[in-house]
Amino acid sequence: MKNIKEKNKILDLFIPCIVFVFALLAWEAIVSLKNIPIYILPPPSAIFTKLVEDRALLFNSLLVTLSVTLKALALATVSGAGLALLLAQSKAIERALLPFAIILQVTPIIAIAPLLLVYLEPAKAVLVCAFLVAFFPILSNTALGLASVDSGLRDLFELYHASAWQKLIYLRLPAALPQFLAGLRIGGGLSLIGAIVAELAAGAAGQGTGLAFRIVEAGFRLDIARMFAALTLISATGLFIYGLLALLTYYLLRNWHESARDQTE
Amino acid sequence: MTAQRLVSLQNVSKTYPNGVKALENINLEICAGETLTLLGPSGCGKSTILRLIEGLAQPSGGEIFWHDQKIKNNLGAVFQEATLMPWASVFDNVYLPLRLQGHTLVQAKSAVEESLENVGLSSFARALPRELSGGMKMRCAIARALVTKPALILMDEPFAALDEVTRFQLNDDLIHLKEKLNATIIFVTHSVFESVFISTRIVVMSKMQGAIIENFEIDRSIRRDENFRLSQRYSELSRQASTALNHAMGLSRGK
Repeated sequence: MKNIKEKNKILDLFIPCIVFVFALLAWEAIVSLKNIPIYILPPPSAIFTKLVEDRALLFNSLLVTLSVTLKALALATVSGAGLALLLAQSKAIERALLPFAIILQVTPIIAIAPLLLVYLEPAKAVLVCAFLVAFFPILSNTALGLASVDSGLRDLFELYHASAWQKLIYLRLPAALPQFLAGLRIGGGLSLIGAIVAELAAGAAGQGTGLAFRIVEAGFRLDIARMFAALTLISATGLFIYGLLALLTYYLLRNWHESARDQTE
Repeated sequence: MTAQRLVSLQNVSKTYPNGVKALENINLEICAGETLTLLGPSGCGKSTILRLIEGLAQPSGGEIFWHDQKIKNNLGAVFQEATLMPWASVFDNVYLPLRLQGHTLVQAKSAVEESLENVGLSSFARALPRELSGGMKMRCAIARALVTKPALILMDEPFAALDEVTRFQLNDDLIHLKEKLNATIIFVTHSVFESVFISTRIVVMSKMQGAIIENFEIDRSIRRDENFRLSQRYSELSRQASTALNHAMGLSRGK
């Protein structure tokens, strides 16, 4: 039984890898067979070569984008979870802040990137845009988690005359953790999108050194291989953030929550 | 000798905000050492009585009178579900009531261990709730209810979701624990056999009137063991409770 399970695990990893490599080979073959010029569609080998050739430039930009994204995510996490806690304390505060929450939710925040660029210097505008995009899912998920505590456990805490602080620490925070982490995973992906969009907007104004700006710049020069190289690094950044947060979720919830246990069984 | 009264319900009524009348003019006294079972069809207000005594709901009319405030402030409760914190170990779940009362881990450790020992879960102290069977989860909930050494324990259909064998086993364990800890228990159940086996008094309630329609004592001197389950007396008492329950259900259907 154990052998079959392990075999299945290896197959689960092996099959997607094979398919991915096969897709790259097919791409390479089609470009070569059809003689597609490199300035239309570069083959994977050319993109890889470009990554190596321009490594100093591209990795520098990668660090800029990654640092902005992580900073924005950290800010969004602290303020989103903090505000959710504040909202959970009183219905009056929740009601007072509701219009802002709804406006934040329904407005595609990236549409205000050009406006942010008017008010702030580009680096700050990019950070604020990425922060705003990541903020709402963290806020709403944490608030939902704090509000959806098992009614039996709530009764139990009531029975033992738990203080508001005890309820928060021993009941509501741990109960909200799965929802908070779900919000964090969404926020992680969105903060990268926010950073890239703001960089694109800022890049058009001739500023910034993030990966998105490298794409715009390479586009002007018809350096399609470098565009793809930068795009590859953006994908890698997204994967890295997603992987990091998935790992965090797994370690925090694996023992007790179904969402993390599914991945282990 | 008159037994010491713990809590008295005097003309207690409960109407929910949606207009549903759960209880009407309930008069009930609970005395020390009793195992009082509330028996009745679904929706007859049995659980509401427990919630009122627990202070989780307030009566719409009448009064709940505590003869000793200390007892009110230290109740033990077991709900229909085990209601364990899924993120906390068995030990931490049992430690919770003491933790909420301000006891440090060092102060509470021996009480928690004793409580786990009482329900036979000592070797599972580090386990998480998901690693336990349904019966073990309920044992954990019982250990938690007992850890503060309450004089009054309220149990709301705690074994309803368990299989027959586990249920019998937990009934036996409950009898032993009650004797050992000298506790008073108010127990809610649908099951005639369970009520007869564990109770010293059975109160039968009807949904139609949201009221008590029968109240009978079972001799405390009877030993509650396997012999009792097979005895003539057990059959007679079961028949008596069953007849009362049928009467209550007839009333509920408006017969």
